[in-house]
Amino acid sequence: MIAAIAFYVFAIILLFCAARVVTSRNPVHSVLYLILAFFNASALFVLAGAEFLAMTLVIVYVGAVAVLFLFVVMMLDINFAQLREGYQRYLPVGLAVGLVLLVELAMVLLGWQVAPDAMNLRFAPIAAGTQNTVQLGKLIYTDYILIFQVSGLILLVAMIGAIVLTLRDRGVSRKQNIAAQLGRMPANTLVMMDVRTGAGIGELGILRPEVAEPAAAAQDDHHHGAPGAGGHH
Amino acid sequence: MTGLLEAYFPIVVFIAIAGVIALAMVVSSLLIARQKPYPEKLTAYECGFEAFDDARGRFDVRFYLVAILFIIFDLEVAFLFPWAVSLGDIGMFGFLSMMGFLGVLTVGFIYEWCKGALEWE
Repeated sequence: MIAAIAFYVFAIILLFCAARVVTSRNPVHSVLYLILAFFNASALFVLAGAEFLAMTLVIVYVGAVAVLFLFVVMMLDINFAQLREGYQRYLPVGLAVGLVLLVELAMVLLGWQVAPDAMNLRFAPIAAGTQNTVQLGKLIYTDYILIFQVSGLILLVAMIGAIVLTLRDRGVSRKQNIAAQLGRMPANTLVMMDVRTGAGIGELGILRPEVAEPAAAAQDDHHHGAPGAGGHH
Repeated sequence: MTGLLEAYFPIVVFIAIAGVIALAMVVSSLLIARQKPYPEKLTAYECGFEAFDDARGRFDVRFYLVAILFIIFDLEVAFLFPWAVSLGDIGMFGFLSMMGFLGVLTVGFIYEWCKGALEWE
């Protein structure tokens, strides 16, 4: 009884949120509705007994993916008046693309066949005495090892791709090179001079060479060149 | 099924307590505190930021890189949970399977470390 009520409450909120994700004007609101939809889907997973999937949904999708979506939405500087400007002009193209998608979806759905034993599998009981997470673990790492390893490779490709696309060396990186620091010898940096009493250092030609100039200029440029970071001084 | 839902009753209690505390803080500050709004309170103090401004702005793309790297290692850790609880059943094959997965991701980790993707400046 309580489970049925909970199911309908979560399902209704989930459907409402999903509709609002598509229809809301403000993209930030869309992302926030998406997060609420994720939470409700996770509650439905709990009701279905799939606890590991529920927690993974919260950790991965709410904790990481939705935050990334918010990042992207906040990065886009959307001007709604400008966005609506080309509405008339792009209407035919948009309609054509939508029509193609609709036809494709119809082709997929018309060819859809429900597996004959799907309805029976739906009632397959969870084996007594084992937990959902343990059952998943028994399958993922042995029976589905190929898919598991491929998912690892996909993560590797995503990692390398993100680094290649976004990382660029700025040239002003001031990272610490410990080996160079420890490898400094006194002989390389210190010069012992015999200074005559009363003679200026200019006469002896032991003025320090001016090496600090370009580094200081670069640092200065970096500080003032950052757009929007300076604010009012 | 009912046993499963009963196990989640404490979470419902926690959510209810959290809601009550949050509501109490907002309502009590509304009721107890003295309210004297005037426009000067909303303006920037001396040379501070504008209090109400467009939140959209250009971020450094490195925030995005950090977020993506976080997601990838988040997923890696998510795969570790079922492995850890079922390690007794899947034996050496399951152990080596996970070691291969971790090895692939460690290659990526060494790559990003050497490229300096983990350093900010």
